[in-house]
This record gives sequence, structure tokens and C-alpha cells, in this order.
Amino acid sequence: MELVLVMLVLAAATALISSPLWRRTAAENPETGEVTALEAAKAAKLSEIRDAELDFRVGKLSEDDYRALDNQLRDEAVDLLHQLDAERDDRGSGSR
Amino acid sequence: MLTLGRASLVLALAIALVGIVSSLYGARSGRAEWVAVGRRSMYALFGVLTVTMVVLEAAFLRSDFSFRLVASHSSTTTPTFYKLTAMWSSQEGSLLLWVWLLSGWASLAVFATRKRLRDIAPYATSVLLGFGAFFVSLILLFAHPIQLLDPAAVEGNGLPPLLRHPSMMIHPPMLYSGYTLFTIPFAFALGALITRRLDASWIRSTRRFALLAWLCLGTGILLGARWSWSELGWGGYWAWDPVENASLLPWLTGTAFLHSLMVQEKRGMLRVWNVSLVLATGILAIMGTFLVRSGILESIHAFGASTLGVPFLVLLGVLMISSAALVLTRRRELRSEARLDSVFSREAAFLLNNLALVGLCFVIMWGTFFPLISEIVTGRQASVGAPWFDRYTVPLAIALVFLSGIGPVIAWRRATLGNLRRNFVVPTAAAGAALLAGLTLAGEPKPTALAMFCGAAFALGAVGQEFWRGTRARRAATGESLPLALATLVGRNRRRYGGYLVHVGMALLFLGVAASSAFQHVRDVRLQPGQSVRVEGHDIRYVRATGTVDREKLSLGALLRVSKDGHEVATLRPSRGYYPSPDARQFGPIGRYFEGEATSEVGLKTGLERDVWTSVEPNIDSFGRMVDGIDRRFPLADAASQGLLLGVIAERYRLDPPPAGFRMIVSPLVTWIWLGGLVAISGALIAIWPKPKRARAWVVAASRPRLGRAVGRA
Repeated sequence: MELVLVMLVLAAATALISSPLWRRTAAENPETGEVTALEAAKAAKLSEIRDAELDFRVGKLSEDDYRALDNQLRDEAVDLLHQLDAERDDRGSGSR
Repeated sequence: MLTLGRASLVLALAIALVGIVSSLYGARSGRAEWVAVGRRSMYALFGVLTVTMVVLEAAFLRSDFSFRLVASHSSTTTPTFYKLTAMWSSQEGSLLLWVWLLSGWASLAVFATRKRLRDIAPYATSVLLGFGAFFVSLILLFAHPIQLLDPAAVEGNGLPPLLRHPSMMIHPPMLYSGYTLFTIPFAFALGALITRRLDASWIRSTRRFALLAWLCLGTGILLGARWSWSELGWGGYWAWDPVENASLLPWLTGTAFLHSLMVQEKRGMLRVWNVSLVLATGILAIMGTFLVRSGILESIHAFGASTLGVPFLVLLGVLMISSAALVLTRRRELRSEARLDSVFSREAAFLLNNLALVGLCFVIMWGTFFPLISEIVTGRQASVGAPWFDRYTVPLAIALVFLSGIGPVIAWRRATLGNLRRNFVVPTAAAGAALLAGLTLAGEPKPTALAMFCGAAFALGAVGQEFWRGTRARRAATGESLPLALATLVGRNRRRYGGYLVHVGMALLFLGVAASSAFQHVRDVRLQPGQSVRVEGHDIRYVRATGTVDREKLSLGALLRVSKDGHEVATLRPSRGYYPSPDARQFGPIGRYFEGEATSEVGLKTGLERDVWTSVEPNIDSFGRMVDGIDRRFPLADAASQGLLLGVIAERYRLDPPPAGFRMIVSPLVTWIWLGGLVAISGALIAIWPKPKRARAWVVAASRPRLGRAVGRA
């Protein structure tokens, strides 16, 4: 009985581990590490813009400080968007 | 079931090795199916280790003494809850718990990152499986938890009495969860270094695991402190014990990492620092595990001398050398994207906070390893005590508490004069009020305690101001009621306000530590029934002796009445439990109760203002002749007869007790340590809790027009 259980555990583990080799893997996401990094930076920048806005709303930043910071953050975010587009364009033309 | 348990462990090692090879091959060759094999190996490792855990737990539950571990760490009289948790009171069982938790948390991490970090994840998976292989090998070679005892014992030795406390049973899984969770950011950091993908993406993907590690380890440490205060007879919650200290080290560097990662996420700065911190935290987590198991330092928490020291040292050496080599060879990619704009900025405050935390870590590590260092240098082992630790850690802790108030309110990049004025008036006023209150109320001046009170008030003022301003702004914008506005504010900005709540909790915790350390009153006295003693305005009267017998032990104690200003405030029942030594032949059927382990049951009255803590040390010497006489007359007394005879001794103690020794402590604000801990835990849970998908989609959608405007402007 115990041997049967051992064999069952062994069979289950083997099936679980080896399944990607005998099943076709889904198509890979073509995004490069560069794109992932830029996406992460973009998400961080968006969150920074929201944080600055919240700081302004709660009175932690004066209007002048907030405007200056917000403009700077948006410029940085735009740079990131341009880089992201360029990277995706490069990959698009490369794959064509 | 022995065969199934043993076979599962062998299979676990094989799976871990297969997973390491597949992950590395998949990463090098770019073949996704082999990366998937590596990932699934992690899930399978968790599965087979779960089988081993179930086999062992089932043996404990049914008191199957053909398992050597069950016979040595449980008994038929052990309560069911403690039977379930007795496994990790042993070296073997706790190693199994460690690797089981590792495989579980790591499975969650590789599952969460299966569609992200395609370059880094396979290397991280192989590192995590490497840890799994190491620990399973240790179990198989040096500390096998599933061994046959032939012939099976009739009765087990039982769980060590000191461990029969609910928090002590949850404490190890929490600590091990903390340690094992810290290996996840460690593994992803190594993966990022190997692949040279050193942007913030690996940090974003593993940030929650780092926070969860911090939470679990912190909760484990807090539970350990609570156990020490309410269960151990010495009257404290922190003894600077090497194993306690070892658990604090990765928690401190982990705290530093959780702050500095925000600087990297927002500014692209401190990359070398962050990656070094996370690597150091992972290594310190392994070192904490090593200290408990190697027996190189004496500790109440250690498993004693063992053969595990050398393999752990080899592992630590490999981790340190490979980490340092990777950081050095990747220093060009680790260059910061930006510079510190001003010393008056949140980045600078976080940097100072990091320096204080790492400084604390260094001091505690030096003090912990001082016995070893002194032995190497002088040939004689010397150790440092609480005063040494206090001298260096207290100023750093005070600085940290002040910084925990500065961080939330100072602006990123550069704080203007207006920003400083706007945000620091309330916290400074709170600190000033605390200073005045401290100077007025404290009978004797205690500068460090006073500084800590000011720091805590400053932090509470700063964070309170943040909550108030946020709630007020939300209420003004939406017209919501105050509680709803507060709840929505926190719910929509979980990371920020959860973090602030952690600061509140830590400020309260340090307030409790400072007050209870500086203003604690301790008296050690010997009393007879009817006598009283006065401790810090409390009259404590020894009313009568107590004595009881249950299935496991003989308890001798005292009934104490505590009164203040003529009013009775508490009745306390401290006692000492005497557990039998298993060797009845040497010590006799009754004598063995006085030769086995004895534990204190503390008489404790807790309160928001102060705790009254008492322990008793009954004088059992006077029973020597009586016990010898009983053992001579009834050398073969069975369990039932032993109960009767112990009842006679308990009765004699109740009627004619000799003077007993007491330790009595009145300690202010101790409860705030536990309350502060609970607040910090709640804050961390809020910060970890993921936003609902709908809210995340809304955030992204809401950001697009704004960015769109900026793109148009550009």
C-alpha cells in the first residue's frame, strides 16, 4: 500500500515537471528586458506623479513647489514614453 | 508511512537538482519550456515536502512512537495543539519546516513572476532551488526527521515544558517565514546581477515579498519577546541573546532596504546600496538559521552542538564571495541615474535612516559575535552584556524614531523653506509637549528615555498630521463623512498610509521600550504567608501558598493580592511547574519531579499604564527528606499512585509552606510594546494588500490623459 503511494507521488511529480516538454508552450511574450525595464520605470513615474498630486492636495506642497515638481515629473514621463515607443519600433522593424 | 515520508525527501532532492539544471539550461539556451520545467520543479518540491510534513504530523497526532522524533518530542499526554507543533521543537523537524516554508513561498514567487522578468526569473528559480537542495541534503545527511525506533517506545518524552506556550508555537513558523521570504528578493537580486538587468523591475516584482518577509520576521520577533515577558521567570522581553540578535539583523537591513528601494524606484539612485542591502539581508537570514543550529554561540533558543556548522559555513562563504564578486563586476551598470539634489530631501532622510539601521545592525552583530572574536584574538571567550548593547543601540534607535517622523513629511528631491515650515511645526510642537510632560512627570531625569519620548511624539505628530490632512482634503473633495474619508484615503493609497501606520506602531513600541527600561522597578524578596512588600506604590501581599497536581506536573506557587492606595487592583497566582525527569530509576518515582525541568508561570497584571509582574521560587529543599522517604517506601509507584503521592506533597506545601523567593516588577507602558507591534503589523498588512484590479485599471486610465497633455505640450 505504502509503495503504491510512493509510486503515485513519483508519478504526479514527474507529470507536473515534465509537462512543458510534451505540451506545446504558449507563444512567448516578445517584450525584451529593455521594454520591461521601461514599463517599470513608467509605472514608477506615474505613481510619483500621483504622489505629488496627493501631496499638493493635502497641503504638503505649496502650489509653486507642486507646479515645478509636476512639470519636471511629466517631462521625465514623456521621455520614458518616447524611449518606450522607440524601443517597440526598433523591435517591430527588427522582427519584420 | 515511514517509507512514504523517507521516499518523499529523497524525491525532493532529486526534484530540486532537476529544477536547478533545467532553469539554468533554459536561461542560457533561451528555451522557455526548460524554464517552465524549472518553475514547475519548485511547485513539485513544495508538493513532495508537503507529503513529508503530513506523514510526520500524522505520526505526532496519533502518538506513533515508532517514529524516533515523535518519541523524543511528544507524549500521549501532550495536548493536541502542542502535538501539532511539537515537530519544530527539534533540530530535524525545524529544518524540515524551514525548507517546506521556503518551497511554499518560493513557489508563490515564481508563480507571480512567471509572465515577467523573463531574463532574471530562471536564475532566481535556480538560486531558490539551490537553497532547497542544500537544506534537503542537510536533512538527509545529518538530521533526518523520519527515523524508525525499534522497538517503539511505550511513552514519549513529551514537549520541553518551556515551549508549552501558544506564542512559542507560532513564533518559529513566523521567524522561518521571514528568513525564507528574504531569500526571494536575494535570489532575484542575484538573477538581476547575473543578467545585468539592474533597473527597478526586479525590485517592483519582489517588493511585496520583501515586505511580507519583514512582517513575518517582525511578528516572530515580537511573539518571542511576548513569550519571554509572560513565560520566562527572569522578568524581561529582550535579553540580547545571540539567537534573538541574529533574527534582528536581517530585519534591520530588510527595513533599510524597504526604505531605500523607494529611492531607486523614484529616482534611479542607490542601486549599489540596494542590491548590497538585499544580498546582505539574504545572507543574514541564512546566518540567523546557522546560529540556531550550529551551537557555536550559547543561547537558550539554540538546538545545541551539532554537525551542521561546517556545511552552513561553506554555504555562507559561497554566498558572500559570489555576491561580492557580482556587485563588483557589475558596478558600471549599477551607477545611479540621478544625484542627490539636496540634503533637505526625502532621499537624504532615507539615506540617514539606512545608515542608522545598518549601524544598528553592525553594533548588534559585533556584540553577538564578540565571544567568538575575543576567543580568536585572546584565546579566552568574553561576552558583552545589556549595558554594552544599550550604550550603542539607544542613540541610534532615538535617531531612527526621529527620522521616522521626518521621512513622511519632507519633500522628495528638494524641500523648500515653505515645505519645511508647513510640515514640521506640528511634529516639533508635539516633541516639545512631550519634553515638557516628561520633565514635569518623571521623578528622576532620564535623558535617553526623555529623548525617545520626544522622538516618538515627533513621529506621532508628523504621521497624525498626514492622516488628518489627507482625510480633510478627501472630505472637502467628496463630501464623505470623516471615517469614510479616512477609510477611502487609506484604501486608495495603501502603500503610503500603511507605511505611515507602521511608523505609528514603531513609535508606540519604542515609547514602551523606553519607559519600561528606564522606569522599571524590580524587587527580589523572600516572604512568608501574610507578609507584604511595597513596589512603586503597590502593596503586594503573600496571602497563601498554592499547590496543584495535573497529568504532567506538580505546581507550587503563591496567591498574591496587589493593592494600590488601599484598593485591591489584582490577584496574582505565580507558580513553578515541576516536570518529571524521564529517569525514574535514578531519581525515584517522586524525586524525578524535582530533578527534571522546572518552569515559571508568571503572575501578570497588564494595563495600559503599567504591568505588575511576579514570579515565585518555592523553597523545595525542605521536602528533600520527605521525598526520599516516599521514594523508599513506594519505589514502584505507578502513574496513579504518583499522582496521589504528589497530591500529599502539594497539600503539605499549601498547609505549611517555607518562605518563598519572589521577583516583583512594576514596569510602565509595557503593553504599548505589544499594541505598537499590532499597529505596525496592521500597517504592513495594509501596505501589502494588493489593490483590486478595477482600481489599478482606473489608476492607469486616469493617468493617461494627464500624460497625454504632457505629451502634447512636449
